[in-house]
Amino acid sequence: MHFSKDHEWVRLDGDVATVGITQYAADALGDVVFVETPDAGKVVTKGDGFAVVESVKAASDVYAPVSGEVIEGNAALASAPETVNADPEGEGWFAKIKVSDTSTDGLMDRAAYDAFLASL
Amino acid sequence: MRYLPLTPDDRSAMLAAIGAKSIDDLFVDVPDAARRAGFVDLPRVAGELEVERALGAMAAKNASAGSVPFFCGAGAYKHHVPATVDHVIQRSEFLTSYTPYQPEIAQGTLQYLYEFQTQVANLTGMPVANASLYDGSTAMAEGVLMATRVTRRNKAVVSGGVHPHYVRATETVVHAVGVETQVLPAAVDAEADVIAQIGPDTACVVVQTPNVFGTATDVSKIAEAAHAAGALLIVVVTEAVSMGLLKSPGEMGADIVAAEGQSIGNALNFGGPYVGLFATRDKLVRQMPGRLCGETVDADGTRGFVLTLSTREQHIRRDKATSNICTNSGLCTLAFTIHMSLLGETGLRKMALLNHEKALATRDALAAIPGVEVLTPRFFNEFAVRLPKPAAEVVEALAERGVLAGVPYSRLAPAAGMDDVLLVAATETTMDADIEILASALAKACA
Amino acid sequence: MSTMNTVGRPTTPNRVESKPATLTGGRGLLQNEHLIFEGDGWGKTGVDLPEPKTDGSDLGDLVRRDPIGLPGLSEPETMRHYVRLSQKNHAIDLAIYPLGSCTMKHNPRLNEKMARLPGFSDIHPLQPTSTVQGALELMDTLAHWLKTLTGMPAVALSPKAGAHGELCGLMTIRAAHEASGQHEQRRKVLVPTSAHGTNPATAAFVGYTVVEVAQTDDGRVDVADLASKLGDDVAAIMVTNPNTCGLFERDILEISRLTHEAGAYFYCDGANFNAIVGRVRPGDLGVDAMHINLHKTFSTPHGGGGPGAGPVVLSAALAPFAPAPWVVHDADGYRLIEREEDEAAQAFGRLCAFQGQMGMYTRALSYMMSHGSDGLRQVAEDAVLNANYIKARLSDVMSAAFPDGPCMHEALFDDEWLKGTDITTLDFAKAMIDEGFHPMTMYFPLVVHGAMLIEPTETESKQELDRFIHAMRALAEAAKAGDVDRFKGAPFHAPMKRLDETRAARTPVLRWTAPEGSNIAAE
Repeated sequence: MHFSKDHEWVRLDGDVATVGITQYAADALGDVVFVETPDAGKVVTKGDGFAVVESVKAASDVYAPVSGEVIEGNAALASAPETVNADPEGEGWFAKIKVSDTSTDGLMDRAAYDAFLASL
Repeated sequence: MRYLPLTPDDRSAMLAAIGAKSIDDLFVDVPDAARRAGFVDLPRVAGELEVERALGAMAAKNASAGSVPFFCGAGAYKHHVPATVDHVIQRSEFLTSYTPYQPEIAQGTLQYLYEFQTQVANLTGMPVANASLYDGSTAMAEGVLMATRVTRRNKAVVSGGVHPHYVRATETVVHAVGVETQVLPAAVDAEADVIAQIGPDTACVVVQTPNVFGTATDVSKIAEAAHAAGALLIVVVTEAVSMGLLKSPGEMGADIVAAEGQSIGNALNFGGPYVGLFATRDKLVRQMPGRLCGETVDADGTRGFVLTLSTREQHIRRDKATSNICTNSGLCTLAFTIHMSLLGETGLRKMALLNHEKALATRDALAAIPGVEVLTPRFFNEFAVRLPKPAAEVVEALAERGVLAGVPYSRLAPAAGMDDVLLVAATETTMDADIEILASALAKACA
Repeated sequence: MSTMNTVGRPTTPNRVESKPATLTGGRGLLQNEHLIFEGDGWGKTGVDLPEPKTDGSDLGDLVRRDPIGLPGLSEPETMRHYVRLSQKNHAIDLAIYPLGSCTMKHNPRLNEKMARLPGFSDIHPLQPTSTVQGALELMDTLAHWLKTLTGMPAVALSPKAGAHGELCGLMTIRAAHEASGQHEQRRKVLVPTSAHGTNPATAAFVGYTVVEVAQTDDGRVDVADLASKLGDDVAAIMVTNPNTCGLFERDILEISRLTHEAGAYFYCDGANFNAIVGRVRPGDLGVDAMHINLHKTFSTPHGGGGPGAGPVVLSAALAPFAPAPWVVHDADGYRLIEREEDEAAQAFGRLCAFQGQMGMYTRALSYMMSHGSDGLRQVAEDAVLNANYIKARLSDVMSAAFPDGPCMHEALFDDEWLKGTDITTLDFAKAMIDEGFHPMTMYFPLVVHGAMLIEPTETESKQELDRFIHAMRALAEAAKAGDVDRFKGAPFHAPMKRLDETRAARTPVLRWTAPEGSNIAAE
């Protein structure tokens, strides 16, 4: 698993990346009430906004940690947005993306991300 | 000064507590070049009596609708508002309270907003409504923008029967963000021309019923055509009472209803403040602008109400908000709710029928005048007539004789080539004697 | 003696220790009230109308047949319903309502009386102008007061609220750039990080890209950052002055100079005009356009959220682009310019169907005339004095966000002083409700953590300020002493306890719905 400094995570399996927001981000947001996931077929570029996550008092853009084409947005979040709070790094995934580039340059591994969090 | 409670002693004591020598110390950050020592060049303080006299003198120069035979409509209608309404909206807890951001101490406001939303949804025949926008014209603009967001298309087809000021207010705002408007030519039966203009790039079709000429239309076919093309139907209603008699926009297939609520609970007030009604389909809720009140429970499990889905709004979404709107119509919204609660369905239907009755009687009286042609075949409480002279001149002549005969279409759209068209409205406040006076004065003016 | 208390009616209280719950859930004067849809109002009406002589059959299929779903109530029931609701609202007429940035001042009742004169309330916007000369005179007089107070040559009256005024201002600016051929190149608007959400929302709405300008450690616009971002691709800056931290922008003349040198316009958010009205004119600060919230500075009632009014004063450069309609006073009397032609050929359009918020103009003018220029100057001074008094009397127990120097009409605190208590700004605010006060503005501006923005306004007496200060100090001490439950569970004494906003957002229920199988409502 790899992490961005905007608190997104990526799990790469061949050229399919599953992405979501980290526990830290989910905690900071508070109760998630709505998630806007991208449609299949949408082309995303690393660093651009590709989803929105809303809590009662905040709406945050989620930035793509990788580039590629969206295979699937997590439809289950539409009826159960609280999954993002319960299991942000597992069942609360946002999208699966077919990456155009499998490198993880610029992303941190778990140890580096934990160290980054400690520095905030 | 009667509104300022601090005494000179208070001010001294407070300055001392602050550690400032004079009030000027607190304005230290104001640049020298902008400091002004004296008073701005305007009159000084005035007691209530003086202010009453000054403003009373201005008020006396205006011919109020209730003091003369009155037939003006075109987007603002004179109805009788029960005395209870004005008493309740002046209660301190309603008049001097704020937006319900602290719901535990604002359940009064929140509950009536929830009732209002339900009343508007039911009145318009739609599943859900918001807690009001500024007025019908800005509601129409917001509706067009919402349709472009939902369909991701860029063009609005606007019927020639929509109120020209509504069209202009909408164009002003939507053109700024690159939305195209195709406004069809004005015509008494403008709705007949709409379907032909719907295309694959149409985000929404905007029709008004009853339209500005008073024509009441079943827009179901337009709804079908719009939906077949993947576009939304926006129905504009400028006379809310019409929905007490006519098929609702929701029943006819509207996706968005943008209406003016002034007719219920609110005086003419020379154009404002009014109350914008906005309703839509369930699946479009998150794209709806404006405040929304929702039901929930408190820590004890007791039902209560809160503002909700706020993340659509400016204070959170900032530059990605559905709209920049912050304020709603507050007291005007409450006035609507109270009046509607007093009327109930029975009262609203009766009131609507009375409006229709008076308009039919007015139409009959004017149709009998040689040279006057009634143009609108089916209407609610307003219709258009063609006069043998420019309508603006006739209206002015009648005004000098103490009759407010209606609104010349040329006042709304001077370039439309309809200078001889007069829009005449009647409501439950119209008396038979008024109709006689109008008919007789109009006959003289047209001779 | 023959007259004695023979009925045995007691006149002194009993001493009872327990406090039994009521049997029905009633609570003394406070009434609970269901929705109008939950009563027995189906088929009732509280309005007596004559029997119509038509049944609408001439309209054939256009007539609405199905039930609409609108309950009715008799007048006594209606009165009770809404009076019961009203009892659950806090209001300015009850106590200080210290919402920063909202200017919750007393709403004079003379304003209400004047607005209800039939000559103002019972006139139609499209009557011949010869029949409404007094209304046009009022609009023109209000315009004169606004222009004189702000030192600006023109004003657009029609915007229906502050945010609508911002829209008006930015569209005027855009029209001015279009006229000089610069609009395509100038697509950015600079907005401080501390701005109210309506500022960037409005800029984006009008098609601009929003670029944020940093703030200095003393809570003001970072002029160096602003200068670095200004260029020939910037259309305007949007600055609030005094700013949302309650501070006067000392470098305002430099800010406007730099902006004008870059060929951009200075839009000022006038929400905080109450701090300087009668003492400082925005026109003297280099402002090109500023909206004024009549429901803030000029006392028109907040009414539970509206209606507002947001006229925009304009510089000479922007005046030609103001939207229709406007009032002209000449030798023949008052005229209304409604068309974008002739004198109004450059108007950017029209913002609403009619003239604007006439009902609020009447109220605002009544307020202005009552105060006069001397009274209005006193308003600003007392507003600033009251805020500084609160700041001075609370800074030792709470942490002022910008402790150095005076604040203007509002005092900003952060939550630094709550560190280690496990109590948040929100918790503290809810405990204020139990003490009888409406909380201050919370979590705004966004640039300060856990912000608490307190604006008392000039209509608070020293006695009320002291009462407020006393409560705040007591709560602050309790917070620091570890009295956590008082805050976490608050409010305990309000008509409702804390409400579940998460639930309202996850499963929105936005209307009452008739139960399955009933035929009383359409949807």
